[in-house]
Amino acid sequence: MSDHPGCYHFVLPEIVANLPGDQPFARAHMQATRYAYADAILELGERNPHVVVLDADVSKSMRTNDFAKRFPDRSFNFGIAEQNMMAAAAGMATTGLIPFASTYAVFASMRALDQVRNSIHYPKLNVKIAASHSGITPGPDGVTHQAQEDLSLLRAIANSTVIAPADPVSTKLAVFAAAAYDGPVYLSFTRDPVPTIYQPDFPLEIGRAVVIREGWDATIIALRDLVAHALVAAAQLAAEGLDVRVIDCHTLKPLDIACILAAARETGAIVTAENNVIFGGLGSAVAEVLVENHPIPMERIGVRDTFAESGPYLALLDKYGMSVRHIAAAVRRVVARKHAA
Amino acid sequence: MSAITTATQADIQPSIDDLKAMAQVIRRHIITMIHAAQAGHPGGSLSAADIVTALYFRVMRLDPANPSWPDRDRFILSKGHACPVWYAALAERGFFDRSHLTTLRQLNSILQGHADMRKTPGVDMTVGSLGQGICAGLGMALAGKLHGKDYHVYVMIGDGEAQEGAVWEAAMAAPRWRLDNLTVIVDNNGIQNDAFTAEIMPVEPLADKWRAFRWNVIEIDGHRMEEIVPALESVKAIKGVPTVIIAKTIKGRGVSFMENVPAWHGAAPNDAQAQAALAEIAEGLR
Ligand SMILES: Cc1ncc(C[n+]2csc(CCOP(=O)(O)OP(=O)(O)O)c2C)c(N)n1
Repeated sequence: MSDHPGCYHFVLPEIVANLPGDQPFARAHMQATRYAYADAILELGERNPHVVVLDADVSKSMRTNDFAKRFPDRSFNFGIAEQNMMAAAAGMATTGLIPFASTYAVFASMRALDQVRNSIHYPKLNVKIAASHSGITPGPDGVTHQAQEDLSLLRAIANSTVIAPADPVSTKLAVFAAAAYDGPVYLSFTRDPVPTIYQPDFPLEIGRAVVIREGWDATIIALRDLVAHALVAAAQLAAEGLDVRVIDCHTLKPLDIACILAAARETGAIVTAENNVIFGGLGSAVAEVLVENHPIPMERIGVRDTFAESGPYLALLDKYGMSVRHIAAAVRRVVARKHAA
Repeated sequence: MSAITTATQADIQPSIDDLKAMAQVIRRHIITMIHAAQAGHPGGSLSAADIVTALYFRVMRLDPANPSWPDRDRFILSKGHACPVWYAALAERGFFDRSHLTTLRQLNSILQGHADMRKTPGVDMTVGSLGQGICAGLGMALAGKLHGKDYHVYVMIGDGEAQEGAVWEAAMAAPRWRLDNLTVIVDNNGIQNDAFTAEIMPVEPLADKWRAFRWNVIEIDGHRMEEIVPALESVKAIKGVPTVIIAKTIKGRGVSFMENVPAWHGAAPNDAQAQAALAEIAEGLR
């Protein structure tokens, strides 16, 4: 790890070059991570005959219908019956199959939560839950389709592994890592396109957070779609003379405690950023680690105690306090508190 | 058409022809709204248009000036993604101004992507997660009995939605409590999100299933106003059992290039397509 502030790791050079601009991702390759999942599962299907894909009538939206076309025998569309799909996935896993149960995050994590807990996590079965439309990324569909609680709910369940990758490159790696891991994994994908920010050598390892920008004045710990926004916030703060570390905490559980404590000791101020409620998700998890080990000024960016509404994804991020300006302002506040202490 | 405005039920008695004309007005709104939003679900909105029109403009006891009137009949669009048809009917019936219609799915709109009872006057239940509106309707019907009210609860579900287990939990419960104040309408258009329902997970024979659950079953053509109105008007006279109306419909009905095409489940028309659709609907109006 370099000591140089403003030093980036694994971030594409063309992304780094544009970060301080008005349109940081104007030239980035944009893709919804749900489609990166669909690409990854197709590759996995070729490599591993035990991989099966289960759908609940949103295979068109998640493009898992590509897998269905390529491997019709290993594809099962349950119709609009998420609970049946989850418990059936558990049954399949008992025989050595590796089911990827695919649906929207609201339905995966809430409609079928009892099946997910009692039939998948309690017996620790090898089911992968592929959840699209996470956070408030399905903007125009509105609240019933916005899974702002899924990360918190899955994190609370014993035996769970929860991964929320930031971009298409890390999404594919996360899907491969999940398939290689023996046990339940919840994978969280975006509905809307997000910029491809990483080089192909991004070191995705379950449970290991990645420092993607060096910095010593404060740290932003982000996951999924807010990682890109955290990078932009850090670039803006650099112009003000603040060197901010950015950590991609793609695995919410198990949490990379060592990485978080190093950031706490070395930068003395932390902001978490998640497109998820501030209760029980990344912000809560980091706060728990800090309170018990190394209390320092900290703030949480996320959905407050409210439901959102219909609207364009980026406009919603802004209205509900999760855009670049909110992240940057939170960093300024924690730095001020650090200096006041 | 002037007979159908914002008047209360007592003042209006629209004819079958009035209703047919209004259904086309509703279809026009559906296209305009989804085109403006560039997102939404035209197919299932259009398939439901004739039945929803009959409910709001002839069958249901309503007071648009008092949307929370305790004695009103209730309607729940359990297949909540089709809410453009609901919003169009509510606006035409005078629950809110038509100018809201083109704000569908925009930030700060009263018209959410899936219907929200706290934001839209006249929406009796928040919906969008399939297989729940029917259970909420069961609850309203139970409450009606408990309170000695004579209101009726109408719930519309999709044939794809009928794959949800909770639909059949409600189907089991309603006859047990003799809920003759509950009517379920199945908008049986044969298509769900991914493809034709028969290919994904067949739900037929629907009539036999509901009969086995001890419901009064009526089968109609869901686009013939001459069948829709008598069926809906017959249910209040049925005592001791709930009624299900299984309506054979065509997804995308009224816009030829959308009819029976699964791709139009959740896709918005572009400018040219919207224009073509509106022209066809106008044709149907004359
Ligand atoms: C519980 C749940 N699962 C999945 C969805 C996503 N979804 C929205 S519409 C739809 C298909 C609905 O088909 P159908 O009930 O037949 O409605 P229609 O064809 O009349 O539009 C699906 C799967 C949802 N809204 N709720």
